Amino acid sequence: MIALMPVLDTLPRPVAFVLRHLLLGVPLCVFIAAFLSVAFSDPFGPMLVYSLSVGLTCQLLIDGGRRLAARLLARRHPQGAALHRGWPGWHWTVPIILLGIAGGIQIGYAIAGALLGVKAAPPDIGNWRSWFIILTVCLVASLAVTGSLWARGRLAAVERDAQRAQRAAAENQLKLLESQLEPHMLFNTLANLRVLIGSDPLRAQAMLDRLIAFLRATLQASRSGTHSLGAEFERLADYLALMQVRMGPRLQYAFDLPDALRALPVPPLLLQPIVENSIQHGLEPSVAGGRIDIAARREGAQLVLTVRDSGIGLAPSPSPSGTRFGTQQVRDRLAALYGQAARFRLDAAAGGGTLATITLPLAP
Amino acid sequence: MTTPRPTALIAEDEPLLAESLRQDLAALWPGLDVLAVVGDGQTAVEHALVRRPTVCFFDIRMPALSGLEAAQALAEDWPDGEPFPLIVFVTAFDQYALAAFDAQAVDYVVKPVQRERLALCVQRLQARLATRTGDALQRSLEQLRALLPAAGTRPRLEVVQAQVGATVHLVPVDDVLYFEAADKYVRVVTADKEHLIRLALKELLPQLDAQRFWQVHRGTIVQVRCIREARREESGKVTLFLRGRPETLTASRLYAHLFKGQ
Repeated sequence: MIALMPVLDTLPRPVAFVLRHLLLGVPLCVFIAAFLSVAFSDPFGPMLVYSLSVGLTCQLLIDGGRRLAARLLARRHPQGAALHRGWPGWHWTVPIILLGIAGGIQIGYAIAGALLGVKAAPPDIGNWRSWFIILTVCLVASLAVTGSLWARGRLAAVERDAQRAQRAAAENQLKLLESQLEPHMLFNTLANLRVLIGSDPLRAQAMLDRLIAFLRATLQASRSGTHSLGAEFERLADYLALMQVRMGPRLQYAFDLPDALRALPVPPLLLQPIVENSIQHGLEPSVAGGRIDIAARREGAQLVLTVRDSGIGLAPSPSPSGTRFGTQQVRDRLAALYGQAARFRLDAAAGGGTLATITLPLAP
Repeated sequence: MTTPRPTALIAEDEPLLAESLRQDLAALWPGLDVLAVVGDGQTAVEHALVRRPTVCFFDIRMPALSGLEAAQALAEDWPDGEPFPLIVFVTAFDQYALAAFDAQAVDYVVKPVQRERLALCVQRLQARLATRTGDALQRSLEQLRALLPAAGTRPRLEVVQAQVGATVHLVPVDDVLYFEAADKYVRVVTADKEHLIRLALKELLPQLDAQRFWQVHRGTIVQVRCIREARREESGKVTLFLRGRPETLTASRLYAHLFKGQ
C-alpha cells in the first residue's frame, strides 16, 4: 500500500484522489467485516457488503463534510493556511464525524440491503449490545482515518513550509551576494584597476588589495555569522577606498568608531548596502558629489550606527532604478537576527542628504 | 581644400577612466583633437552645443544627465544645418542598454575598454566620417527614438498629487493638458490651473497611458486630445496649439514624426 503511494502521484489528480481514499477505506472495511463476523458469528460475505457500504459512505460524508466546512470557513478567514488544505479544526471535525456516522449507517444499510436483496433490517439490529459495538467500531475507524489524514496533511504542510523557507534563504543569500557584487561597481572598479596598472602600479596594487579584502568579506557575509564592529568599519573603508579611486574628489568620507565599541559583534557587511545606497542614490547623481560620515555610539544598552550623506536626499517616490533591495535587505536581516529589538530608520539629514540609523541591542 | 581635423568630446564621471580613454584615443587616432573631457551629462551638452565636436563619447551613468539623456538633449537642441556628431556610448554593465544598442546598431564600448575594441570603434567612426551624408542626424534621431524610455511601462497614475504647504491638491490625470519639466519640478497644467509636483518627468512618463499622453520634447508630455493643431516649422520642429490654453508647445525634431497627418 505504501509502495503504491508514489505511483498515485503520476495519475491524474481526481483519480489519484479517489484511489488514495479507497486505499485507506477498503482495507479498513475488510478488517472490520472480519472482526464483526467473528464477534457476531455471522457469515463474512454479507458482513463485508455491510461494512463496505457503511464504511465508505461514512468516509465520503465525513471527508466531504470536512472539506466543505473548510472551504466555507476559508471564505470568511482567507488567511487560515490549514483551511486551505481542507482542515477546519477538530471543533468542526468532531460534529461532522458524528453526523457522518449517523448518515453513513442509514445510507450504508439501505445500500447494502438493496445490494443483498434483503428487505428487512440485518440480523441483531434490535440488540442494544450490537448497536453499541457497531457505533463504537464506526467511531474508532472514522477517528483513525480522519486522524491519519490530518497528520499526513500537517506533515506535508510542515515539509512545504520548510522547503519554502529553505528556498527563501537561498534566494536571499544569492541576492545579498548579487547586491554586494553589483556588476556595475565591479566592472568600473576593474576598469580603473586596468588603467592604474599602466600608470601607477603601486596604487593599482593597493587598490587590488582593497578589492580582494572586499570580495573576501562579501563571500563570508553571505554565509552569515558575525564579525567585530572594527572589522565592519575596515570593510567599509575598503569599499569606500575603491569608490574613491573611481569618483576622485567627488567622494569624501570619515569614520567615527570609539575604541570601546571596536570588539562588539555585528552581522557582517550590515552597513554596506546603506553606504552603497548613499553613493548610488545620494552622491553619484550629484555633479559636485559629497561626503559620507559613518559613526558608532553607545546609548544605554543599545548600539547606534549611523550613515549620513550630503547627497541629493531621499526621492519623493521610490526611484525606478533602485529596487530598494538594499534597505529591505537590511530590515530583513535585522528582523531575522534581533526581532523587535533592532530598528532601522531612513530620514532626511539636517542640511540636506540622508541619514540612516540602525539601533541594535548591545547584548543580543 | 583641407577638411578640418575631426574633434571629440569625452563625458565620463570617473577621472581615471576619462583620462585613459583620452590617451587611448590619442594613440589610436592621432588626427583626432579631444576638445574637452567633462564629468557630467549637463556640462557635456553645454560643451557640445558650443564647440560642435565630430564625435562624442558619452558614459551612460553620469550625474545630472545620463549619456542617453545627453544625446536626447543634443538631438533636440542641435542647430539646423550643422553636422550632428557621431555618438559612442561607454558603459560598464547595462544589460538592457547593450541589448538595445545592438538592436539599433548604435556604437558603444564596454568598460574596461580594451584597445582592440576601441580600435575597431575608431575604424568604424573614420569610415562613417569618410562617407558622411546629410542623413546623420536623421539616423541618430531614429536610433534615439528606439532607445529612449517609453510611456506606459509602470502602474497607471490616475491622480496627480500636488502639495502646497499643508494642502494636497488632487488633479485627475484626465484634466491635465500637459506636463512640463521645470528644474527639479514638473508643472502640471490644466485648463484653468497650474500645479508644481516634485517628480522628474522621466519618472512620470512610464506611469502615463502611452495612447493618451505623448512625449513631444524631453521636457514636455502632452495629452493628445488637448492638441488642436500641429504646425510644421521649417526647422523640422512642430508647434502645437492647444484647446483651452493660449500658449503653444513645441514638439522637438525627435518627436516631430508623431504629427504626420493621415
